[in-house]
Amino acid sequence: MLELKNISFEVDDELGQKGILKDVNLTIDAGKLTVITGPNGGGKSTLARIIAGVEKPTSGKIFYKGEDITDMSITDRARMGIGFAFQQPVKFKGIRVVDLIRLAKGEKTLSSKDACKYLAAVGLCAKDYINREVNGSLSGGELKRIEIATLIAKRSDLSVFDEPEAGIDLWSFQNLIEVFESMRKHIEGSSIMIISHQERILRIADEIVMVKDGIIAEKGTCDEILPKLSGTDSAVKSCGIVDLWKEGNN
Amino acid sequence: MELTDIQKKVLAEVADLHKTPVGAFNIRANGESVGRNSTANIEIIPKKDVSGIDIRIKPGTKNESVHIPVVISQSGLKESVYNDFYIGEGADVLIVAGCGIDNCGSQDSQHDGIHRFFIEKNARVKYVEKHYGSGEGSGKRILNPVTEVYMDEGSTCEMEMVQIKGVDDTVRTTKAELKAGAKLLVGERLMTHGDQRAISNYNVDINGEGGVADVVSRAVARDRSYQEFNAVIAGNAPCRGHSECDSIIMDEGIILAVPALKANNVDAEMFHEAAIGKIAGEQLTKLMTLGLTEQEAEEEIINGFLR
Repeated sequence: MLELKNISFEVDDELGQKGILKDVNLTIDAGKLTVITGPNGGGKSTLARIIAGVEKPTSGKIFYKGEDITDMSITDRARMGIGFAFQQPVKFKGIRVVDLIRLAKGEKTLSSKDACKYLAAVGLCAKDYINREVNGSLSGGELKRIEIATLIAKRSDLSVFDEPEAGIDLWSFQNLIEVFESMRKHIEGSSIMIISHQERILRIADEIVMVKDGIIAEKGTCDEILPKLSGTDSAVKSCGIVDLWKEGNN
Repeated sequence: MELTDIQKKVLAEVADLHKTPVGAFNIRANGESVGRNSTANIEIIPKKDVSGIDIRIKPGTKNESVHIPVVISQSGLKESVYNDFYIGEGADVLIVAGCGIDNCGSQDSQHDGIHRFFIEKNARVKYVEKHYGSGEGSGKRILNPVTEVYMDEGSTCEMEMVQIKGVDDTVRTTKAELKAGAKLLVGERLMTHGDQRAISNYNVDINGEGGVADVVSRAVARDRSYQEFNAVIAGNAPCRGHSECDSIIMDEGIILAVPALKANNVDAEMFHEAAIGKIAGEQLTKLMTLGLTEQEAEEEIINGFLR
């Protein structure tokens, strides 16, 4: 479905050119859930942004459904079926939750009832949110869940999520995993790419790709890779809820 | 009441009117009243000395509305119209004004509406005013509204003033005086394009204890248009005043925002905010990842901003 060939991305810093991604080759097959992990600053987010078209690679080619999309705009990629959920959801002035969902669905109008089901899927009580503005009055976690709801509504063939769990509270973690699982089930042949350090998300991956220092350091199935990553910052266990009283609060 | 198709279109734009309104109304077209209706509680009386009307609303009138739209479709027509609203104690009404000019000719058309509101104790008014211009002629469409609001104790006035399209030149002057416990909320939405110019001046005096004034403007200046927002809120008693101007500039648009505060009483709490900038790049990017073109994304962002 998606093929990255010799992708490099360089930025200018005070020491001259700095390579964020170095000659990366990666294939994402149809119907697969791929999790990209690795330490912070390793190039994971850049990879996702290059796929969505938000950043242009310094060199290399990107093929999607067999077509060279390297020079294609964000809009054209979105229309070809690539969806992208931002790590830091964008805030607006005046644009409401219902507007974003309507635009994601690509429709001129959207009934409240229709919009509500996407919010319900991310654990938000729809009637409280549907007409709210997507601005700073919403918490980071709420914005994040709305961001995910727009991607569900978009029904992309390839959905790329940049750290979807960041800011999402523990209660909804399982919910988030269910979101990914039901997207796979209901959008036939669709692929999902998630950037995450969370062990619980790594566990549902068909393939885990470890990006470190701008290269693909390791890649394989969940069973192959996860044991090597456990306990490192590439596979962080989420903090469980501790029953303070049971464990003795002396 | 006979209106041309163009006049009907303009009426729909400025007052959402598609047929004769319910309740009290006065429809003015090309300098003449073409339809008028008073009700048991709301009386509309033409002025004798100058052009305009007196609107008298009886104390205690609830859930009634007054529509007073103005349409100009004759190129070169210039008029000043004086409308006075007397809102009786404890009344709660909706007033819909609005002016649309369709100018297909080469001469300037101009409507200067001078509206004065005398709002008695504990009365509530919602005032909606939309300005709109259309027509392909080279003659300008000019609107210079003057609004004066005199608010008695405990009264509330909520004003929604909208000018989104087609008005070439506007100087809007709004003046308000608030007694104790009076509350004035102004929401202005303005978009200029082409070579248009829009100037908005507010002078609000909060004279009584517990008075509240909140003047909020959202504006977009496109192409080579020019806008000025001057708001002076003076707190002359223990009160609260806030003014805000939030603007988007595009192309070669220019905006000057001056939200000024004057505290004449040590217990006056006054705040102001002003922000001017282009559309944030990340907002465009986000909407483009949903499949919108850059231009479509811009339109959605502006429509949302001016909603």
